[in-house]
Amino acid sequence: MSDSLVFNAVGREVPTVINGEPAIPFPGLDVHRPSGRTAGRIIRSSADYPRDGNKVVRDIRTALERCGLRDGMTISSHHHFRNGDLVVNLVFQAAAEMGVKDLRWFPSAAFPCHRPILELVEQGVVRLIEGSLNGPIGDFCSRGKMPGMGVLRSHGGRYQAVQDGEVHIDIAVVAAPTADAFGNANGVNGPSACGLLGFGLADSEYADRVIVVTDNLVPFPCYPWQIMGQLVDHVVVVDKIGEPEKIVSGTTRITRSPDRLRIAELAARFMKEAGIMKDGFSFQAGAGGTALAFAIYLAQLMKEAGVKARFVRGGSTQYLVNMLEEGLTDFILDGQTFDLEGVRSMRDDPRHIATSPFTSYNWHGKGHFATFVDAVVLGATEVDVNFNANVVTHTDGRMLHGIGGWQNCLGSPCVILPIPSFRNRIPVIIDEVTTICGPGEAIDVVVTERGIAINPLRQDLIDAVKGSDLPLKTIDELKWEIERICGGPPAKPRLGERVVAAIKWVDGTVIDCVRQVL
Amino acid sequence: MAEAGVRGPQVRSDCWVNLEPGGSDIRIELKSTVLSMYGEAIHSQTRLVMETLGVTDALVQIEDGGALPFVLAARLETAARRAGLPIEAPALPEPLAGRFVQSPKNRLRRSRLYLPGNQPNFMINAGLHGPDAVILDLEDSVAPGEKDAARALVRNALVAVDFCGAEKMVRINQLPAGIRDLSWVVPYGAQLILIPKCEDPEQVKAVHQAIVTLDPPGRVWLMPIVESALGCLRAYEIATASPAVVALTIGLEDYTADIGAQRTQEGRESFWARSVIVNAARAAGVQAIDTVFSDVEDMEGLRASVVEAKGLGFEGKGCIHPRQIRVVHEAFAPAPQELEKAMRIVRAFEEAEQRGLAVVSLGSKMIDPPVVKRALATVDLAVTMGRLQPDWREREALA
Repeated sequence: MSDSLVFNAVGREVPTVINGEPAIPFPGLDVHRPSGRTAGRIIRSSADYPRDGNKVVRDIRTALERCGLRDGMTISSHHHFRNGDLVVNLVFQAAAEMGVKDLRWFPSAAFPCHRPILELVEQGVVRLIEGSLNGPIGDFCSRGKMPGMGVLRSHGGRYQAVQDGEVHIDIAVVAAPTADAFGNANGVNGPSACGLLGFGLADSEYADRVIVVTDNLVPFPCYPWQIMGQLVDHVVVVDKIGEPEKIVSGTTRITRSPDRLRIAELAARFMKEAGIMKDGFSFQAGAGGTALAFAIYLAQLMKEAGVKARFVRGGSTQYLVNMLEEGLTDFILDGQTFDLEGVRSMRDDPRHIATSPFTSYNWHGKGHFATFVDAVVLGATEVDVNFNANVVTHTDGRMLHGIGGWQNCLGSPCVILPIPSFRNRIPVIIDEVTTICGPGEAIDVVVTERGIAINPLRQDLIDAVKGSDLPLKTIDELKWEIERICGGPPAKPRLGERVVAAIKWVDGTVIDCVRQVL
Repeated sequence: MAEAGVRGPQVRSDCWVNLEPGGSDIRIELKSTVLSMYGEAIHSQTRLVMETLGVTDALVQIEDGGALPFVLAARLETAARRAGLPIEAPALPEPLAGRFVQSPKNRLRRSRLYLPGNQPNFMINAGLHGPDAVILDLEDSVAPGEKDAARALVRNALVAVDFCGAEKMVRINQLPAGIRDLSWVVPYGAQLILIPKCEDPEQVKAVHQAIVTLDPPGRVWLMPIVESALGCLRAYEIATASPAVVALTIGLEDYTADIGAQRTQEGRESFWARSVIVNAARAAGVQAIDTVFSDVEDMEGLRASVVEAKGLGFEGKGCIHPRQIRVVHEAFAPAPQELEKAMRIVRAFEEAEQRGLAVVSLGSKMIDPPVVKRALATVDLAVTMGRLQPDWREREALA
């Protein structure tokens, strides 16, 4: 294994072969240019599909059989149901009953609710999980228990991998809160409504076979058709596709921690003092407790200054919906919906627009939104003194989180990381991150409860906030302060030689890898 | 077996220590949420602490949930003391750079943030929220069986935690027990001692004397808390019992119970007592500080309560949550018209002074010296709070 490792442009040793396929080491930002044509679909003829448009089959197993499931195939799924998903386990259970082996599961993300799949890995039904790995699934992979090498991609990177033909999906399973018998489907209606289905879009477009699974079958037409029936082979109706309370929350809670509130407020004030918050601007904020508080503080500052945004990208929540309804923004461009107010707004308000990784993040698009959102606020598990940031591993080396849209959002002209300076004695600002998910040159501002550090590459931002009363520090000052509190820098984790997962950059090149935790 | 601290999966920034004397060396059994990162550091700190304490033979079991070094040291020391071992020297954490600084007698004391003395997680970032003072509390927020643990933790926090310029106050226990608290805090950087349930000037004198005996490197100030009917009647004597008294405050929960009344939102039952405190403090030339506002969700209620307190003559308010601090500061800030008027008076006063006039007048009205004094104080407060530029006179002259 070690002879296929090389150093990439950010100084990390990465594999040049992943699961038997060649891989390209990260050559620097905006350097890689693949050529040729994107992957194409198999030619189908509508004569082979029911003239009455009824594609409903008896159950998941029947659908898998009709799709020709066999050993070694790739089955994909989306994660709009987050930790409330019930469909994926049903699919792989059916596959196990059919006796197939060596499957690759290609989710947009795996959650703790998918823990039963780990048993199927141990039984050999599933050989590889290729997608963002959260919690117990990431831990399982970190400990070297997965036979193949994990591959972590951003939302945009997943779309790119499918388009490049790097990942060929044999069967896509699209869990849909509402669908008709023809296969049109959406996420805005039904008992398991999740807002939209953007993470399943590439799957429906590029997979050889597409199965829609729903618990809310409606007469044709199911509209809006976020997933188009023309791309769907079979429709399966089950009792329940998800647990609604785990898909979206009734009300999203903002953080109550005074430290996190301070961080959120400092980030909002930075936006104002740096002159980013001005009429017609745009920003993205997610649904984490700190990001929500940030949006609330920013909305307050916007009101006081009489400023209106042109659009806000979410992760939508009731707080972004409030901004839309109070006239603080013209549009919400939504990638995933986190609470019931978000779902309602997306369904009823034409200014609340469903987006997908294609419109927002796609590397092979002729441009994408993420590069012209004026500012984004994102989380991180670690940041180093060179502003490199990590979102997938903890300082103990374990892989516990996915990348999500995080890497894609780094395309913004102002990337702000509002993060605590340490968590429960674990420093967040350190000498060298355990895993590089984003290169330092793409990260502009780190906001902690102890002060704000601006990347020295961004002299323009440094000049813009000069003379403000923001607590500005250098990243080294922050690091020293934290080390004094925590009792020195943390020891490096004990890691093995074996590479258990590769971290892809948004263009498909390999920016870092994760080693086995001993 | 001698335990200290807390354990369990919910524990953050704290640890549990069990110490069993015996054997012929120090044996450490460690479980920690930060094992791979700080396991070595915890081992070496534990050995160092045992050496400092003079403990040579013991089994030390630690279950750590991310305790910072100053916390671990305090828990280890408490366990050793509870084991009944003779202690050679306290195991102090690495001190912050900088020595004890005496705080200015009349510094701003608008907000004081209460920090329970046995809960390290609230202490760590308290100073970042900008209170005028933090109160490390050894009294009501600490369970009777944990007083010893809180003393060690508060002492270590005074030594090692950066409170970002907030005045470091400690609330000791009710006398006479509180006297014993002093040797744990006075030599380690406490800048002001709150004396709870104070109803006798002799109590103030006793604390003063005990502090002098400890020979601190500078003046340690006192703030008696009056919490009873008798205390109110003796408020002036209490405020003048020692030159170290800089402020007088009131605790309304105990006071209302003492007079047999219910504490209400409007506070009619405590109006007299609060006015007495203000009056006694002013007569003694010290600051009058109001009680805490205990509903941490009700920011509008807090604001109204501070405005009312300011109206009665108070200069400060107790806080039990960091979110209250800003509201308190804003409500104590001079209102725009108040400031405008004060600036006009100060200008008139300075003009009169320059022209050698004995009498200050503004328009057709004569201004009394106390009014001038109050106006100067208002302007100073506005400058301190950033509501007014320090060079406002020059700026106005130019305009």
